[in-house]
Amino acid sequence: MAKGGDVSRERVRSAWLFLAPMLVVLALVAAWPLARTIYFSLTNATLVDMSRYSFVGLDNYLAYDQGRWYGVLTDPQWLAALRNTLVFAVISVTLETVLGVLIAVLLNHSFPGRGLMRAALLVPWAIPTVVSAKMWSWMLNDQFGVVNDALMKLGLIAAPVAWLAEPGLSMASVIMVDIWKTTPFVALLALAALQMVPKDCYEAARVDGVHPVRVFFQVTLPLIRPALAVAVIFRLLDAMRMFDLVYIMTGTTDATITLSVFARRELVDFQDVGYGSAASTMLFFVIALMTVIYMMAMRPDVDGRRR
Amino acid sequence: MKRLLGGAGLALACALLLVFLLFPFYYAILTSLKSGSDIFRVDYWPVDFDAVNYLSIWREQPFARNILNSVAVAVAVVSISLALGVTAAFALGRVRFAGRAPLLYAILGVSMFPQVAVLSGLFEVIRVFGLYNNLGGLILSYMIFTLPFTVWVLTTFMRDLPVEIEEAAIMDGATPWVLVTRIFLPLLGPALAATGLLAFIAAWNEFLFALTFTLSNDQRTVPVAIALITGASEYELPWGNIMAASVIVTVPLIVLVLIFQRRLVAGLTAGAVKG
Repeated sequence: MAKGGDVSRERVRSAWLFLAPMLVVLALVAAWPLARTIYFSLTNATLVDMSRYSFVGLDNYLAYDQGRWYGVLTDPQWLAALRNTLVFAVISVTLETVLGVLIAVLLNHSFPGRGLMRAALLVPWAIPTVVSAKMWSWMLNDQFGVVNDALMKLGLIAAPVAWLAEPGLSMASVIMVDIWKTTPFVALLALAALQMVPKDCYEAARVDGVHPVRVFFQVTLPLIRPALAVAVIFRLLDAMRMFDLVYIMTGTTDATITLSVFARRELVDFQDVGYGSAASTMLFFVIALMTVIYMMAMRPDVDGRRR
Repeated sequence: MKRLLGGAGLALACALLLVFLLFPFYYAILTSLKSGSDIFRVDYWPVDFDAVNYLSIWREQPFARNILNSVAVAVAVVSISLALGVTAAFALGRVRFAGRAPLLYAILGVSMFPQVAVLSGLFEVIRVFGLYNNLGGLILSYMIFTLPFTVWVLTTFMRDLPVEIEEAAIMDGATPWVLVTRIFLPLLGPALAATGLLAFIAAWNEFLFALTFTLSNDQRTVPVAIALITGASEYELPWGNIMAASVIVTVPLIVLVLIFQRRLVAGLTAGAVKG
């Protein structure tokens, strides 16, 4: 008995030993930099010399001086970035989920060419984001782009459209490219979940003569819901930190700038470590808050279904 | 009749979906094979076959060097993450100890981190180690997204292996190190291939850190190099060159992904669904 205790104690000790290298690396690249970023957000440090700075309290976030408000929280462009990021995340993730599930349902039937479809789904996902952004920028080019050409040949538009320059359209274009790139990911996860649904669920419904659409909403969807909820939170967190597509396709214009693009610009292009760190820290808190809200919103619902 | 209509509808939906998924890359290939003013004429079928763009990208910037950089960074990132990931996954997947669940959630939390949230702190770390404008800085910083992911996926795989495998070895007095390297490592082959490939793709595609932590052309990785290909002015982007470079770096990736299709999907679902 005593020997068993020794063995398991030995095992726990070696477990921590095995964990140590990974924990050290994560502390070095995640925990410490996060703490330093929050710390820098309370200073006026610049990128030229990050060791020389003074404390400014919460001035980078919010400050009142001579009748005017300053700080990230009152910066019109930061507020635009906040709105853009939320709009981008909510619309793109919603559409990706709906389309992803539709595609998964389609691919869950067996038909000739299904393997080809599955392989094709992986292609947009495998293409580097930078390459996708460049490809689509070229296709959406207002003068020579294939999208304008095709739409004009089909008679859907009368004159070329500036997809990436017009403020009302640029966000829609970026969302469309993101949908193209990430719907396959949701579809593959949804397909994996669909294939775990036991066949007899459908049999029973078919015997009872229930309409397929009702079967989908009342049998299939509740069953794949937990898997879908996880895919959605992954996608949502990913969309909230959107950087590369926007940075390459539309730069830092007000119509599409995101919280990540804003923070990086302040930090690197304007060399303002204090202000940029405040913007980074805000992004961190926005995402943390969103995760908590999502978790709270999903959990009661899941319980409600079980009842 | 109804069945026939359904079949036709399914075929049409599949055809439209295929065009939507594949047309952009097909069009990139078409563009990359055009030279001069042919680029500004829209074609839907391959009519030009000019390799000039595929030759000029090597001359106009250190593109070979960029590819080498990307390969070096991705290989180093994958090796380090897998090495640290396997040992950590053994501890997290096979040993019961106080604080295991919170630790797992903390690791999952890190994988969902917005990269920008650590940017200034990481900048400082990289400068302190003298790794600015150096591939080492990228390898270090990429750990923030490949390591948590690798640990998480390998832990779920490790947990599913039967207990009996281990028990016999423990009876024979095997140390935990022997357990990991001799018993688990060989069994984890497929899982390692899937997570390794996913980590490779993530490192190969990363843009934000690569853009921020490198400065000179010969330290850049492929995504940054492609993003920064410029022409005489902002409005005269050399689209032919950009598309040729894009095709060159994408084709190997697509081939890899198609070869490892099943493994990859298994890895993705292990990371997301089981979690």
